[in-house]
Amino acid sequence: MCPSDALSIAGKQMTVKEILEEIEKDRAFYEESGGGVTFSGGEPLVQPDFLNALLNECKERDIHTTIDTCGFAQYKIISRIRDRVDLFLYDIKTMDNQKHRKYTGASNEPILKNLKKLAEGGSSIVISFPIIPSINDDDENVTRTAKFISSLPNIQQVNLLPYHRAGIEKYKNLGKPYKLGKIQPPSNQRIKSVKEKMEAFGLRVGIGGG
Amino acid sequence: MRERIRKLRKQSITAKPHISPERAILITEFYESEIANPVSIPVKRALAFKHVLENKKICINDWELIVGERGSAPKETSTYPEICCHTLEDLKVLDSRKKIPYAVDEATKKAYKERIIPFWKDRSIRDTIFSRMSDEWKAAYEAGVFTEFLEQRAPGHTALDDKIYKKGLIDFKKDITRQIQDLDFLNDTDAHNKEEELKAMEIATDALIHFAERHADLAGRLAKKEDNIKRRRELEKIADVCTHVPAHAPRNFWEALQHYWFIHLGVIIELNPWDAFNPGRLDQHLYPFYEKGLADGTLTKERARELLQAFWIKFNNQPAPPKVGVTAEESCTYTDFALINTGGVKADGSDGSNELSYLILDVVEETRLTQPSSMVQISKKTPDRFLKRAVEIIRTGFGQPSVFNTDEIIQELLRQGKLVEDARNGGASGCVETGAFGKESYILTGYFNMPKVLEITLNNGLDTRTGKKIGLETGDPAEFCSFDGLFEAFKKQLDYFIDVKIKGNNVIERLYAELLPVPFLSLLISDCIAKGKDYNDGGARYNTNYIQGVGLATTTDSLTAVKYNVFDKKHATMKELLEILEADFEGRENLRQRLLNKTPKYGNDEDYADQVMKAIFEAYFGAIDGKPNTKGGHYRINLLPTTVHIYFGKVVGATPDGRKAGEPLSEGVSPVQGADRKGPTAVVKSVAKIDHVKTGGTLLNQKFTPQLLADETGIDKLAQLIRAFFKLDGHHIQFNVVSSGMLRDAQKYPERYRDLIVRVAGYSDYFVDLGVDLQNEIIKRTEQSVF
Repeated sequence: MCPSDALSIAGKQMTVKEILEEIEKDRAFYEESGGGVTFSGGEPLVQPDFLNALLNECKERDIHTTIDTCGFAQYKIISRIRDRVDLFLYDIKTMDNQKHRKYTGASNEPILKNLKKLAEGGSSIVISFPIIPSINDDDENVTRTAKFISSLPNIQQVNLLPYHRAGIEKYKNLGKPYKLGKIQPPSNQRIKSVKEKMEAFGLRVGIGGG
Repeated sequence: MRERIRKLRKQSITAKPHISPERAILITEFYESEIANPVSIPVKRALAFKHVLENKKICINDWELIVGERGSAPKETSTYPEICCHTLEDLKVLDSRKKIPYAVDEATKKAYKERIIPFWKDRSIRDTIFSRMSDEWKAAYEAGVFTEFLEQRAPGHTALDDKIYKKGLIDFKKDITRQIQDLDFLNDTDAHNKEEELKAMEIATDALIHFAERHADLAGRLAKKEDNIKRRRELEKIADVCTHVPAHAPRNFWEALQHYWFIHLGVIIELNPWDAFNPGRLDQHLYPFYEKGLADGTLTKERARELLQAFWIKFNNQPAPPKVGVTAEESCTYTDFALINTGGVKADGSDGSNELSYLILDVVEETRLTQPSSMVQISKKTPDRFLKRAVEIIRTGFGQPSVFNTDEIIQELLRQGKLVEDARNGGASGCVETGAFGKESYILTGYFNMPKVLEITLNNGLDTRTGKKIGLETGDPAEFCSFDGLFEAFKKQLDYFIDVKIKGNNVIERLYAELLPVPFLSLLISDCIAKGKDYNDGGARYNTNYIQGVGLATTTDSLTAVKYNVFDKKHATMKELLEILEADFEGRENLRQRLLNKTPKYGNDEDYADQVMKAIFEAYFGAIDGKPNTKGGHYRINLLPTTVHIYFGKVVGATPDGRKAGEPLSEGVSPVQGADRKGPTAVVKSVAKIDHVKTGGTLLNQKFTPQLLADETGIDKLAQLIRAFFKLDGHHIQFNVVSSGMLRDAQKYPERYRDLIVRVAGYSDYFVDLGVDLQNEIIKRTEQSVF
């Protein structure tokens, strides 16, 4: 233990009950803003039983639930929880499977399939699309992504998340190498152009919100 | 903004505050000549008022629409030697201090030296107060346990209701005459005193009417000399307005503003009541004139805007009267806390916001002046549009308007026993003080230093700074075997010092009632005329006294730290802790860090600390609430600091929450600076655990950077945060939108800014947690968005 907080442990083990106590503390704010709980991560779908228990309790208490996911999971896990999730924040990083494998270490096929099933099954979805210059912001990928999204029902909006370098500090603290060191955040002009390209497909597009 | 307003605003902002000896000379002249005249004191005060108004220099500034100054020109600041008389040394300090100076010229110094000081030395009420206080009172006062509000300024904190817009002073005079005729000299043993007070009120009305007529004459004379036809017409109009008001009830929007302004000047020339004076619910009072003017075509929205802007500038022309003695160096503001209320509810409980409320917010934004201050009252019936408009102005970063919960204010007033209509017509004045406008004398009597009382408890009655025993002997703290034992001792000390304060107040209150009645202010406040009693003597319908608690969070975190580290976790013994505090943590940084970072703190929505806060709050409430004052009313509590938490911090040694000796205390009901680490919702939840309804006002400050509120979503979120706080029965919240300078300071002293949240990218984070490059980038962004 370090009394000055110069070293800190981020995160701790908590029970469902303890988390619910924290969630309940902000009830007044959810009721005023129409907000609720967002389960993010990491990746919430890697703890399906725990997530399931929390979702049950939230719905019991009439609290709005959102899952922020990369979509990389077995569909049966998603299928088990979907009726108690009011909103999915769902990432699409790139349509190019090779690139997807290169940068994330996994195929995008299950991600896109899951999204299609989820959308067709009637869940409310907001897509998060990070704009990472030189990796996924090329016209071809933007167009392919927009085309795919616009073919799906129940998509409320696409949020563009411009790459930022705020994570560098975190990597430093963790003692890990930061591999995107040279990439600069996209220009406002580039962000605007991605937005317009997607809007051309009839999508509602926002900037930020991640 | 029209050229006229731009010029007047510039004149107001650039004029250098001066000490104007005019009032002091006239008052001295009057008392010298009248000293042998055997009239009653109220009548003498009224005659003194008349003498000043008849003889003071008056001015009408170029292109002004609303006229009249307290001094001889804008920013010429009057003094009040009958309350406290500045020494030559005080004048030197005021003239030369770097911050908030008041220039003093040679003629002023000469007048003070030769005439004012020789007459008022030992005669001012301040001298009388100090000569009458007990040794216990003096010891506590000198130790910094409490301050005394009435040693330099008169009882005030008063706002007006709508009665003056329906009646002219001639109508008030008729009420007074009738009241005199009805006096029952057979059965009412107080009839003589009442007659004297009523006669004094009568003299005061005539004095102000005559003062307005002087302005009418001057305007007429200036009109004759004026070559510019447009301005000549305006001056003729000003002459007409000043002939009609305040003698008669105003007939239109312009007259209503000028009417209030003359009355305002009357109040602040008669004496220097605390917190200037305040029109109160201005949008409610002026709306009938606004509506009528628009309907009959005699007023346009733009003309109303211009008149309001001109009215705003008049407030800014009147800096707060400067203090004397040691406080001259410490009192650092020209602001005199006139707080204009908008929004709220009407007497029947329906939503009070109207088109004029929005126009007033425009004026606040456009004039961007520190005086008058402005606030919005938000009830559950207030439309979101109004709240959001207020948030848009808050975002521009000059701390205005502050935001109040109307429903809570009403509950507070009802709990104190006020009529529901009086409560709904009320609001907040000064910083956050609840009042039944136009019907209540609610006197703030002084700040109370809660952490000092804890320090005295931890030292068994001793003030370690002076080495004097000033409190009770409640036992050697090292002997306490439970937290409850310590808390009981704290309560005993608290009760003791509160009683010392109240005993002193009871004397001071009588001194003002007997020596410095205020007949002019009295005739404006119900039911002084009907009772034939002065405002300072219980004439108002409601008479409330407050003692303002300071350092709630510092006391909470300190007691929590003892409970947690000494009694629960046994990280240190009480004896060790006391030694460490005495050494100001010297050589024990490790333990200090534990106290700062590994100990529960108020402001994080955690019950461990918040329950301690509730116990302290109840102890403070129990020590004060319901005790009688000498005017037929009661003592109540409120929790606000203005800037006294700095001074109070200087007299308190190291505290168990990790605060070093001499550092500032927490302010208002806000958490200790940097102790809240779980974001604004947790702060709001902790603060809402205070039973606000038992107070007459609490003050919560929150800091944000401009980017956090940059877009529509930011405005919505802030509005929702406010609504949620008010749903939880909070009283008041205000927002500082921080500057780049403050962020640089945060880089230097991260421990003071643990709670500062900034917008980073698509998310927000604690500023001090960011890497230095990112911090620099945000500083750059903040600079860009500064106006």
